[in-house]
Amino acid sequence: MTTVLWLVEGSWEACVDAARRLGLRDVVLVHVVDEDAAAGWSGAAAGLFGRGAPRVDTAPFDEAGAAVLDAAVARLGGAPERRLLHGRVEPAVLDACAGADLLVCARDGDRARRGPHNLGRETRYVLDHAPCDVLLVWPGAVPAGVDLPPAP
Amino acid sequence: MDAASTGGAVLAAVVLLGVLAFAVVRPRGLPEVVAALPAALLVVGFGLVPVAAAVDEVAALAPTIGFLAAILVLAELARRHGVFAWAGNGMARLSGGSPRRLLGAVFVVAAATTAVLSLDATVVLLTPAVLAAAAAVGARARPAVYATTHLANSASTLLPVSNLTNLLAFAASGLTFTAFAGLMAGPWLVAIAVEYVVLRLYFRSDLATPARPAPTQRRPAPVAALVVLGATLVGFALAEPLGLPLVAVAAAAVVVLGAVPAVRSPRETASAVARAANLPFLVFVLALGVVVVAVQRGPVQGWLAAIVPARADLVGLLIAAGIAALAANLLNNLPATLMLVPLVAHSPGLVLATVLGLNIGPNLTYVGSLATLLWRQVLHGHGRPPSTATFVRLGLVSVPPVLVAAVVALWVALRLGGWR
Repeated sequence: MTTVLWLVEGSWEACVDAARRLGLRDVVLVHVVDEDAAAGWSGAAAGLFGRGAPRVDTAPFDEAGAAVLDAAVARLGGAPERRLLHGRVEPAVLDACAGADLLVCARDGDRARRGPHNLGRETRYVLDHAPCDVLLVWPGAVPAGVDLPPAP
Repeated sequence: MDAASTGGAVLAAVVLLGVLAFAVVRPRGLPEVVAALPAALLVVGFGLVPVAAAVDEVAALAPTIGFLAAILVLAELARRHGVFAWAGNGMARLSGGSPRRLLGAVFVVAAATTAVLSLDATVVLLTPAVLAAAAAVGARARPAVYATTHLANSASTLLPVSNLTNLLAFAASGLTFTAFAGLMAGPWLVAIAVEYVVLRLYFRSDLATPARPAPTQRRPAPVAALVVLGATLVGFALAEPLGLPLVAVAAAAVVVLGAVPAVRSPRETASAVARAANLPFLVFVLALGVVVVAVQRGPVQGWLAAIVPARADLVGLLIAAGIAALAANLLNNLPATLMLVPLVAHSPGLVLATVLGLNIGPNLTYVGSLATLLWRQVLHGHGRPPSTATFVRLGLVSVPPVLVAAVVALWVALRLGGWR
């Protein structure tokens, strides 16, 4: 069984810990470099009109992604496959899931209460369109509070 | 209007658009001035701008351009003294590993950097330090990067030195340095506060990830450089009462901060200072000024004059800021400044409202919509089309509230200060 672990800064440890807890083998570690942030920076540099287009160094974005993968390998143990991807986050993750049996990803919204705000925009999109089963884990403890809609 | 002057007005507009397009596309990586200087000569050669008017424009802009060069060099020298690396380390330590506290630290540092050393320093020199801080605490870079790039615009309203648009408007407004700063302090703080609320909400899921306390080694503060920068600010405030030109204060700061690197490695420092002063850019601004004069002599200026408000009441301030923000997004805020400021120069309140629009507006499209389209085309050509979704969406939700709140704060400041 092939499992994809989608790792994002701030919440990836929970995915790795879940894979260890469940004894998952044949694991692929996936991190998508955030092109949005790089685009924001290069847009601002282009906004410095007339200054000879200051150079925007995107290497730190790649380095931060590689550091997440390194740390995840160390935490997981063994020699899992690792993929550092580029492009828009949602399609990149979905592509990486092609042929996999399980995707493990973390919640990244409000962690104070259980409810509809527990998922970021990208996570929700990936959940909605995942081509395989999904294991959704909490980073940190599961919150005690809950937002329940009024009973119908 | 006769056929000749209509032809002249069209030619001037085409030349200006050509200069702007060249500056964004930069064919073969050529500097922007390569198109702007011949364009300025062209409009003078065709008689669209009399030689005397062109000389007047260059003479009027020259002191501002000199001051700008000194500020650009000062920021580079601050980098060499390790000010930005120290700030990056400080942001990482202050955050305690919490993404929300990191965002707060980035806001403080980016707003201060923009105000004192100008938006150029924030975008070019501070952003790498912000990325390093986010990486050091393992936080997502996106909120911190957008905070930095947004504040480079929306927090560039405090001092005349914070943005080239301010320098140009300041020269035309007749305000003193301290009066400018005094009136803009409120709008500056309000803009930063509203920006903070918008970014906290927009990036709430990225910011909700657990804190990851990571020990970061404390970096010693570059005390000498920080003292010189502080003294420079005080010097700016004191220069005018003492009858000193502001550029003298900035030049003195450059000499003091440059002394140690210049003794250590004279040749390398000289070339770095020359690169930071960015002579092609300075000439570009002068040439752009002359091309804009050609456009101003055509009907466009009349159309603009008809819609620019005459009175600095709240409605007038809002309209002035709105026109400025629109112009900054249609063209770019540099030509927009050159066109709009002469129309409102009679009223300090309207000048400052225009500055708010010119500086905060670009967060919608950064370089102007025409230019953004070209910029995307250029990047498409390089095979890496940028995702502009986040910055356009974030611009749409942040620019209107930030701009309106800042203008209202300016209105309050003007009334409290007894300005009409």
